[in-house]
Amino acid sequence: MKKLREFFHRIEPDKKEHPLLHTLYDGLFTFFFVPNTVTTQGAHIRDKVDLKRVMVTVVLALTLCYIFGIWNIGHQHFLAIGQYTGLFEGLHLKFAFGLAKILPIFIVTHLVGLGIEFYYAAKRGHSIEEGFLVSGALIPLIMPPDIPLWILAVGVAFALILGKEAFGGTGMNVWNIALLARVFIFFSYPAVISGDEVWVAGLEAAKPGAAAQYGWIETYIFNPLFQLLGLSTFPDSATVVDTFSGATPLSLAFSGGWDAVTARFSPAELWFGAIPGSVGEVSKPLILAGMAILLITGVASWRIIAGGLLGAAITAWLLNLWGATPMMQIPWYYHFYLGSALFAITFMATDPVTASTTPMGKWIYGLLIGFFGIIVRVINPAYPEGWMLAILFMNTFAPLIDHIVIEMKIKRRLSRAKV
Amino acid sequence: MKRVLFSAFFFYSSALHAQSVEEVLPKFHALIAGLTFLFLIFYIGVPQYALYRARGWVGDRKRRYSRPTRVLPVRLPDYVRGKKVHILRQGHDIALSGVPRNKLIDRTIRHYAIQPTNFRGIFPIPKLTVQVGDRVKAGDVLYYQRYQPKIQHVAPVSGEITAINRGRKRSIIEVVIAADEQTEYKPLQPPDWKNSSREELVEFLLQCGAWPLFNQRPYDIIPPIDAVPRDIFISTFSTAPLAPDYDMIVNGHGEAFQMGLNVLTRLTSGKVHLGLNANGIYPPASEYTEATGVEKHWFYGVHPTGNVGVQIHHIAPIRPGDVVWTLTVQQVIQLGKIWTEQKWVADRVIAITGAGAEETGYVRTKVGANIGELIGEPHEKTRYISGDVLSGETKAPHQFLNWQHEMVSCIPEGDYFEPFGWLIPSRVAPSRSRTLANFVFPNKVFDGDTNTHGEKRAFVMSDDYDGLLPMDIPLYHLMKAILVNDYDKMEQLGIKELSEEDVALAEWRCTSKQPLQQILRRGLEMWREQEM
Repeated sequence: MKKLREFFHRIEPDKKEHPLLHTLYDGLFTFFFVPNTVTTQGAHIRDKVDLKRVMVTVVLALTLCYIFGIWNIGHQHFLAIGQYTGLFEGLHLKFAFGLAKILPIFIVTHLVGLGIEFYYAAKRGHSIEEGFLVSGALIPLIMPPDIPLWILAVGVAFALILGKEAFGGTGMNVWNIALLARVFIFFSYPAVISGDEVWVAGLEAAKPGAAAQYGWIETYIFNPLFQLLGLSTFPDSATVVDTFSGATPLSLAFSGGWDAVTARFSPAELWFGAIPGSVGEVSKPLILAGMAILLITGVASWRIIAGGLLGAAITAWLLNLWGATPMMQIPWYYHFYLGSALFAITFMATDPVTASTTPMGKWIYGLLIGFFGIIVRVINPAYPEGWMLAILFMNTFAPLIDHIVIEMKIKRRLSRAKV
Repeated sequence: MKRVLFSAFFFYSSALHAQSVEEVLPKFHALIAGLTFLFLIFYIGVPQYALYRARGWVGDRKRRYSRPTRVLPVRLPDYVRGKKVHILRQGHDIALSGVPRNKLIDRTIRHYAIQPTNFRGIFPIPKLTVQVGDRVKAGDVLYYQRYQPKIQHVAPVSGEITAINRGRKRSIIEVVIAADEQTEYKPLQPPDWKNSSREELVEFLLQCGAWPLFNQRPYDIIPPIDAVPRDIFISTFSTAPLAPDYDMIVNGHGEAFQMGLNVLTRLTSGKVHLGLNANGIYPPASEYTEATGVEKHWFYGVHPTGNVGVQIHHIAPIRPGDVVWTLTVQQVIQLGKIWTEQKWVADRVIAITGAGAEETGYVRTKVGANIGELIGEPHEKTRYISGDVLSGETKAPHQFLNWQHEMVSCIPEGDYFEPFGWLIPSRVAPSRSRTLANFVFPNKVFDGDTNTHGEKRAFVMSDDYDGLLPMDIPLYHLMKAILVNDYDKMEQLGIKELSEEDVALAEWRCTSKQPLQQILRRGLEMWREQEM
């Protein structure tokens, strides 16, 4: 480690001559080493924790979702073409297929995102802040696996430049960056992200009889590799089976209620996560594990999570009482089995920068996210899922909630001063 | 270990042939729960912390009776039974090693200094009445304030003025006195505290140089001479890290302490409030509990409960326009000795503390003692701090203890690189974040060092400061109001109730390493300029 540090000191570029290079160097160095800066003013000792550790906790809480998502991309593909339909059959193929889909998304997100981040950090003359660590881990998880990479790049660039850097960088943004990237794609290129057909990857079209498509990674890298190892390879030609339907549980729920959903997916399957959907949102136990990590380490606000779950449950229960459409009749607890409710409340709503900042405000913020998320999902026919919009909407109103809470506090302080 | 792995393998191998999700689900749940548990154990560093040598608390006289919890009822010690106790549930005790031992250390201290920079608001440079080479007695005037010549600062010891050190823009930073072996005192004739008028008392206090003993809140300044404080507050305990034992300090000075309180009752239009410690196993010293003529308030809670600002907030908060005074216990004793001994006895008991201290304990000395002579042999890799580690000031061995401080904290400098310290910490340090295992081992005591453990960032985590300030003040929003120069909001959110030491704990905790004390002082100075 000492040698590595000496090596770093040797290659340090000049800050004045090469600001961008120095920013890059600084980012890399502080990744390897916590620097030796000592306190100069104020408190002489400082807490061991820093922003890097807080942010990386969220990323680590997402890793299980990544692993499961990679498998599920492959699993859904092979279910569609009717091969290796068992959960553990063709594991290597499923993981290889999933990796081939998610790695390019991950790489493009980070190339574009980190590029913009580094550029602005160098331009402003401060070190790289860790904000994109979490955004960059979240973005691939909320995209459909087949998304065209250029659209992804445009979406990420939009979110970072207009959503974050225009406001002053990490800690200053009004809206959640990951959701901003998604909402940009959602409204600009609706065909690639909404609708039923997009959630199963590697098909010519999401209908029976369509051919399965494989890219060069599968054909020229994984196939020879698996042949060498004596494993089964990707099929040369395969077509989608006749019984296939690309419908997501949510679209089924909207048209036919809970019965339509359970006719295709059992509740256990929905909970386990072997269903079509965005990469990260499918497996509920893994999201709950992530939630446990965030809550135990105190990184996410328990008030927002509790508020969100409570708000969603109460709204869904009230809609149960109304029961006008099939979707309204879905028992309130099954709403957490569907779509991205848990994922959004755990990882998106709890972003500390865009959420409310007062304890009381966090409750209100969480409750309203739960409320709007369910309302959009159940009542609005135009959008298949409401969490993205609910959270962005409440991001916009979080400062207002804080303002009201603080004004209440000031009023209480004033009344105390008069006594 | 092998058996565990084998049984796990057999447990899960049967699942590989499962055809439906229902068969797999229970095992999946068990696997995920196990993995999450293992991840948490290793990620927050339980092995590191478990292997770290735990040092016990040093000395049990001041051990806490019990720890306050956020919700559950607290167990109060017997000696406060039937009394009203302010129970403060917020705050945090940073457990550092080097708690001062209950013994006196013998140190010969020859050099003392009065430092104009210790007093806020002396503007411009004060007018010196002595020169290098002059001889002074304890109680002789050294300098007075230019705009308010009645406020004089006097020598704590008798001896020769050896240096007048100047800082930026020719400001005076130290008036150094080489002390005689036997202190000669200038005799004082204090008026009768009971029967003379307040004006006579004030006139005498100004004349004998005792005025700088008073500290005015808000702003922490020497009060203007015509101010009448609404109340006077004295905290008789400190909860700061490594804080001295105030029972040790008052020991043998009961009479002077009571006399100081008597004088104070004459100076305020309101009351003199004494904050008493309800945290210890044993009751606080009888000098405190049996003091007369004052209001006594019991406080139970962790740091910053002992801070006088926090106590004011719970006894009688500072409202807009209010002015209160605060004193430390040693300053009250010093004030009392003007009457009991008829001279300027600027004695102090100073605690030498911290992991970097050669020997911890207490030193009997006077105000403004030389740091190097206090600590013994200085060490290069140690930082010497006048005051506590949260809100004190760094001092070189040739510098001097600040006027209001009662301890020297010696902690190791932390100028080391830590490979992947943010991900897999190889060193342990105090922390309140649950991303580290400190919360699993609440009784571990750490050396602590001056490393910042990360770089400065923008405000991100909004709940960092929650539960660190037992006052009705939203610290996060107050800081943001100061940063955007929002005068009204600052005041409405309670900036005038705060002092640096009250936000120091939140600054320690801040994930983004923001300088909260500096920001707060900026806001306070902005307001002070407005009111001048």
